[in-house]
Amino acid sequence: MASSTPVWMILIYCTIAFGCAAACAFAFRTAVIASMPGQVSKLARSMPLSASFGALIILIYVFVALFAPWIAPFGEREVVGAQYLPWGGDYLLGTDDLGRDMFTRLIYGARNTVGIAFATTLLAFLGGAILGLLAAVVGGWIDELLSRIVDILMAIPALIFALLLLTIFGTSIVNMILVIALIDSTRVFRLARSVAMNIVVMDYIEAARLRGEGLGYLVVREILPNAAAPLIAEFGLRFCFVFLSISALSFLGLGIQPPTADWGSMVRNNATLITFGDVTPLLPAGAIALLTVAVNFVVDWMLHRASGLKE
Amino acid sequence: MPFWDGQSRGDVLQSIWIMIARRLGLGLVTLFVVSLLIFAAVEMLPGDIAEEILGQSATPETVAAFRRELGLDLPSYQRYLAWLGGILQGDFGTSLANGRPISDLIAGRLSNTLFLALYAAAISVPLAISLGILVSLYRNSLFDRAVNLITLSSISFPEFFVAYILIVLLSQSGYFPSLATLSPGATFAETLYRTFLPALTLTLVVTAHMMRMTRAAIINLLASPYIEMARLKGLSPGRIIVKHALPNAFAPIINVIALNLAYLITGVVVVEVVFVYPGLGQLMVDSVAKRDIPVVQAAALIFACAYVLLNLTADVLSTLSNPRLIHTR
Repeated sequence: MASSTPVWMILIYCTIAFGCAAACAFAFRTAVIASMPGQVSKLARSMPLSASFGALIILIYVFVALFAPWIAPFGEREVVGAQYLPWGGDYLLGTDDLGRDMFTRLIYGARNTVGIAFATTLLAFLGGAILGLLAAVVGGWIDELLSRIVDILMAIPALIFALLLLTIFGTSIVNMILVIALIDSTRVFRLARSVAMNIVVMDYIEAARLRGEGLGYLVVREILPNAAAPLIAEFGLRFCFVFLSISALSFLGLGIQPPTADWGSMVRNNATLITFGDVTPLLPAGAIALLTVAVNFVVDWMLHRASGLKE
Repeated sequence: MPFWDGQSRGDVLQSIWIMIARRLGLGLVTLFVVSLLIFAAVEMLPGDIAEEILGQSATPETVAAFRRELGLDLPSYQRYLAWLGGILQGDFGTSLANGRPISDLIAGRLSNTLFLALYAAAISVPLAISLGILVSLYRNSLFDRAVNLITLSSISFPEFFVAYILIVLLSQSGYFPSLATLSPGATFAETLYRTFLPALTLTLVVTAHMMRMTRAAIINLLASPYIEMARLKGLSPGRIIVKHALPNAFAPIINVIALNLAYLITGVVVVEVVFVYPGLGQLMVDSVAKRDIPVVQAAALIFACAYVLLNLTADVLSTLSNPRLIHTR
């Protein structure tokens, strides 16, 4: 096991894994360029390898999350054998602390963890972006009030604030979603407001106001299209933060609770295996890491593209 | 000698102090509001904390007695003042779970947490700055791209993933212990050795971010005319970056360092749990699970204060290192 593996072997493994990832990314990009219609293919051609690797990984995760019951060999909560069985045989990655199939739970984890993180991000984003745009367009006391509230909420570190609120309202999935959505919406608010602030002073907004357009028209038709690029990138980044905080809370035993399959709590419940040199608990942790890396690669490319187009 | 807008040098220095005093005042107000928020959060509890703790089976008499014991029969502003007054004198109240004074529970753990955070900072800050300088020196090279890829990845790793990888790599082969137990008799060197893995985990998590920001700050400056001038004078690239660009990049770098130290404070929670390190974060997580509200309040207040103070320090230091910031208001 790891105790007998010398460092140079690990380096070789890493190089091989890196090479495979690059090759997959290249193959994926080539396939997209060849098979997709004009617009998408043109976009794909400008993608660096890291971004196409990220896109490939995200697609795989979405696929696994959507078709989890058809891919998984066992049921999500089904106890199939003894505890902590080794890899191989009927159970591809062994079994967990209650004798459930590890591989099955990893697959269902894609559905639960990623799904909940996505819903939370969506909630945080809608709330934060709408209020942020509103504050920038309306200005005056609404802007002042919202900005001061956000300042206060942001003065407490996110994880600590989440822990405090979860103590008060109790730990459950719905509470966790609401608490994290609230905390992260403050960050979205800041960004949406500052982006919209730069747009509000433009002449075409002035023109629209003089035409007598309403608030809804101003936000949806004039500001939103021009703020789309930074907001989409922010959505990706926000998803990473939300995903990591949900995993951290679940890992601490305060987020998604068993028997729901979730990567954070899977790491927590099987962590004892690590002291015996078994790397199984690293798999769910790695699944979390891989997705955040993938999203970051894509966002990095999008930000680079957005800044490049401006110049 | 005339300065900007005909101000004398003394006036400028004075306005720096006024600005710093204003920032400190603002920091105090923030601290006050944060304590109010932490206190008020408990007030928003649906139902009553006494009923919540005693459970369904409690008789109205026990609930009333318990409310009196907690001081819940007083109006909330009186309780807030009593709570704040107690904390200012070092009295955080008593834990609901075991009835011990919270200040006893916190005392040793707070210094453990600070030790871990400082340990990680002592490794990561010099590392991040020197790596940032190196990367901006060799920007757009293969080295730069590789470092960019690695840092982007390590930013997106959850702390516990990094921690367990380090355990598998360094603890399985017997180099370092995987449980960061502290014993009172241990020497300083021994303590450093035992807490090396948690400190390294924190280092890896924050170094990447600090390094990227250092690189961005320096590269941003490299486009300015006085750097062009230095280059035309024939200075070596290393000298240009260290002597000419770096001093002007200090303001953003100091800011990022302080932000990351503030981040260390929250990152410490997860890392402490992984390594079973007896710190404040571990205590807080345990108390959340037990719904021991006074302990969570106290821990949250301490973490939030440290966070606010670090941000304040960042503001003040970056003002001091860059007088131009005075005129941005």
